[in-house]
Amino acid sequence: MARRRSRRPGSMWRSTLLACLALGAASAVAQDARKSGFAYMGPDTQAMQKDDLANPGMLSALDGEALWNAPAGASGKSCASCHGDATASMKGVAARYPAYEATHNAPVDLAGRINLCREGNQQAPALPRESREAIGLATYIGQQSRGLSIAPPDDPRLTPFHEQGKALYTQRMGQLNFSCAQCHDENAGGHLGAAPIPQAHPTGYPLYRLEWQATGSLQRRFRNCMAGVRAEPYSYGSPEFIALELYLMDRAKGMAVETPAVRP
Amino acid sequence: MAARALINIPKGAKRGDIVEIKTLLSHPMETGFRTGADGQLVPRDIIEKFVCTYNGEVVFSAELHPAIAANPFISFTTIAMDSGTFVFAWTDNHGETQVQTARIDVA
Repeated sequence: MARRRSRRPGSMWRSTLLACLALGAASAVAQDARKSGFAYMGPDTQAMQKDDLANPGMLSALDGEALWNAPAGASGKSCASCHGDATASMKGVAARYPAYEATHNAPVDLAGRINLCREGNQQAPALPRESREAIGLATYIGQQSRGLSIAPPDDPRLTPFHEQGKALYTQRMGQLNFSCAQCHDENAGGHLGAAPIPQAHPTGYPLYRLEWQATGSLQRRFRNCMAGVRAEPYSYGSPEFIALELYLMDRAKGMAVETPAVRP
Repeated sequence: MAARALINIPKGAKRGDIVEIKTLLSHPMETGFRTGADGQLVPRDIIEKFVCTYNGEVVFSAELHPAIAANPFISFTTIAMDSGTFVFAWTDNHGETQVQTARIDVA
């Protein structure tokens, strides 16, 4: 008759404590139900991302490391000539982009920042967006923020661009007439065909996408999604994409940077 | 830019141990069947042969074909016999070979 045995006082106290703990855990989940796309991947792809010697994104990071130390342009300077060792100087930098650029009166993303530096300081031609060089440098710089929290700048000048990004995120577009929010907020965790719909947190960019067989930027991903809803994609580096990136980075504030991530 | 390779091999092993070797090469593996933006075929550019030698003896080799994805990842095992060098060679369809080496210390 073990089941009917009366409860000892201690066990009552313990179950109350357990209930409190369970409540505490539930509210912690409610506070942050955000999940990186990593959580939606299969164990094989997760293992590929976690192993630096199997993660193909690391090939781009190696490209970037070589470029970081290579002199470029009329100045004959490399990135390292001014910024020194990237593992120290670039730590946390990618986690706070896009940032406000006073000379443009607009935010710039990391790829834009690299090109401003190349044109202004190195006197070298800008790297074409999505080129192996541009992706390599952004990956190498992003890698230095791996494990750090996404920390968008607290800059009031960014507010109108943030609002623009939020408006774009919720705006229906394309022949299918979908907004980003309809999939990634309302139906996140569901499926589109066989593919899980993630919450669209840009934690791992530039990332290696198996479908691309290459490392690509967040803006490449935006263009994919826009083509998917039969909308005409904005161009790389357009103000719309930078505003959207700004909004998404703010939405993912506090989540850990995974660059270079792997996604299916 | 040069092709890059990542090689994962245990630094040390005991004689007779089975060691796992993982290699990842950056390579486009362009099939030769796709057309570019100009409508012309993009020329084939693939790795056709991969050979791994251990102190001069071939321990693993593979033939690769156009349907294999970019950045081929090849993993295999061998038995640690003596301290020495692994030489990895990837040969493309133009006959060019890229070589990397890695050292293993066998106790």
